[in-house]
Amino acid sequence: MPDNYFAGYLPILIHIVLVGGLATVIISLSWLIGERKPTRAKMAPYESGMAPVGDARGRFSVQFYLVAMLFILFDVEAVFLYPWAVILRDLGHFGLWEMLVYIAIVLVGFFYVWKKGVLEWGPAAVRSQAASGLRINLRDVQSGVQVDVRFNDQRGGS
Amino acid sequence: MSVAFLPGVLQTLPQNADYVRILPEIVLSVFGMIVMVLEPLLDEKTGQKILGLIALAGALAGLAATWFMAQVPGVAFWNMIRVDGFSVFFHVLVIAIAAVVILSSYEYMAVQRIRAGEYYALILFGTVGVALMSSAVELVLIFIALEISSISSYVLAGFRRHEAASAESSLKYFLLGSFATAFFLYGVALMFGATGSTNIDLIAQALRAGPIPLLAFVAVALMFVGLGFKVAAAPFHIWTPDVYEGAPAPIVGFMSTAPKAAAFAVLLRVVFVINVHAIFWVIWIAAALSMTLGNVSAFVQDNVKRLLAYSSIAHAGYVLVAFAAAPQLGTSAVMFYTAAYAAMNLGAFAVVTHFANAGERYVTLEDYEGLGRSSPLLAATLTIFLLSLIGIPMTGGFFAKFYVFSAAVKANLIWLTIIGVLNSGVGAYYYLRIIVMMYMRESRKEIPVTPTPLALRVALAVCLVATLYLGLFPGRVLQYAQDSAQQLVPQTSPGVTSSAKVHTATETF
Repeated sequence: MPDNYFAGYLPILIHIVLVGGLATVIISLSWLIGERKPTRAKMAPYESGMAPVGDARGRFSVQFYLVAMLFILFDVEAVFLYPWAVILRDLGHFGLWEMLVYIAIVLVGFFYVWKKGVLEWGPAAVRSQAASGLRINLRDVQSGVQVDVRFNDQRGGS
Repeated sequence: MSVAFLPGVLQTLPQNADYVRILPEIVLSVFGMIVMVLEPLLDEKTGQKILGLIALAGALAGLAATWFMAQVPGVAFWNMIRVDGFSVFFHVLVIAIAAVVILSSYEYMAVQRIRAGEYYALILFGTVGVALMSSAVELVLIFIALEISSISSYVLAGFRRHEAASAESSLKYFLLGSFATAFFLYGVALMFGATGSTNIDLIAQALRAGPIPLLAFVAVALMFVGLGFKVAAAPFHIWTPDVYEGAPAPIVGFMSTAPKAAAFAVLLRVVFVINVHAIFWVIWIAAALSMTLGNVSAFVQDNVKRLLAYSSIAHAGYVLVAFAAAPQLGTSAVMFYTAAYAAMNLGAFAVVTHFANAGERYVTLEDYEGLGRSSPLLAATLTIFLLSLIGIPMTGGFFAKFYVFSAAVKANLIWLTIIGVLNSGVGAYYYLRIIVMMYMRESRKEIPVTPTPLALRVALAVCLVATLYLGLFPGRVLQYAQDSAQQLVPQTSPGVTSSAKVHTATETF
């Protein structure tokens, strides 16, 4: 078993070598023959467009997290379409119906998110979210300071 | 063109019967989605009224679907699902639990002013997960089912959004729960490495073919860590009191019964694969520790929810005693115990739910003083559930313990039985303490007595009837459990070698 077993993984090894080699070649080529005019901004480490140095305890809108989470969810769900598309011909009607059911379930989720007003930004969003139970302080949103969901709000208790 | 790339199994498409074999899961999911879609469309007041009813209808439809499922026993979806007496038993159990929890949530949602929609949908989705756990015979599918149920419970634990304790409960449960699930997944991966399969039957075949590789032992031990967390068995129980204290009371009733029953079901299936011999001492120690730690810690609790949390750890210990005697003797005892425990514990939590009132203010033992006088019926009901938790005859708890300990004695687990019986004696104290508080003390606080609404009465009646039925006429349920345990054994146990191993798997001091 061991001979065949590892032989089966040979393509992966070749793939790793190729990928590593290609990356090395591209980076070293551009380093060797590329033109460089370094500025302060260019030399700074890049992190998603944010200033990389500063107070780590800054607060920003909870909306960013919601959108990021939703993006990942729908992104991952969409990825399943690719392997399905590859073997659709073999799966036939069965595959088609299964995927339609799957997409319908994803759409139910989308409908829910939409109706909950998660995709709305700005003052209009505050109204619809207040209606949907996401309690957000109106004043904070308008002044653009921060939005946080309150855990210690005792309104429900007493 | 790409047929060659398809694994052989994929070339046979699922038949109609395959879908019937997961009908309860389909029905529950559809009803969950209906609740999710309706939730943003209805205003809060109508939603509060209607969504719970829809969820209840969903649970009842799920029970009906289980009947259809039971008509077509067999495997489905490329040997990933098996419908047998065993999975039908747990399907009925967990869906009934969901129905009772939904019933006892009605009043709670209104009193606590929690928006109802997602709450009911999550209960249904969580039930899908636990139901699937009991019929899955493929480790990866079991993992997915485990995640479906866990993620729902993480969110449900934090549903009292305005209380810091609830957020704490949810966060702790989420962090520790994901950690435990990772253990389980690692065990699955190692098992695949050891046997080349994730299908329980194929794993059993591979393990029977030769000496069991060390990797398989490690794999089972890791899976036991993951599942031990779910059933709150010591030493993986640390999260339980904090999570139970902060989570909404009806959800604690759910968390302490349905996922536990399902995790025990998975453990049973896994235990049959590897002869218990391998992890016999692991189970032995976990059982002894759970019983002792649970009962001793419950002694000093003043919060009823925390007290019941420790009691639930202790009960997980009793069930593990039967596991040490499984597969031949303990299986039916495990099944009976999970059912009896579900009935009495759900009932106890339903009373706690009602009595807690707005903001869950009245959950300490002191608050129960004089309850026997102010609301005698409620107190009497709670007393019966507590007596059942002690294990007094005429209640389900008695026969549950009786079967567990008799299985343990038959399997020659004398020491474990002694520890267990001593523990149930010790455990009686703190249950009796609540009863004493209710009947023999005067109330020192002004605690409002609210009338019990219809939904809660139905929930309590169901639990009460189930507790007394299992205590007075345990025969039928036990017979069913024994029959389905029989079905479970021949498929994986090789007969001679297995019984030889079971003989070695007794205590040798």
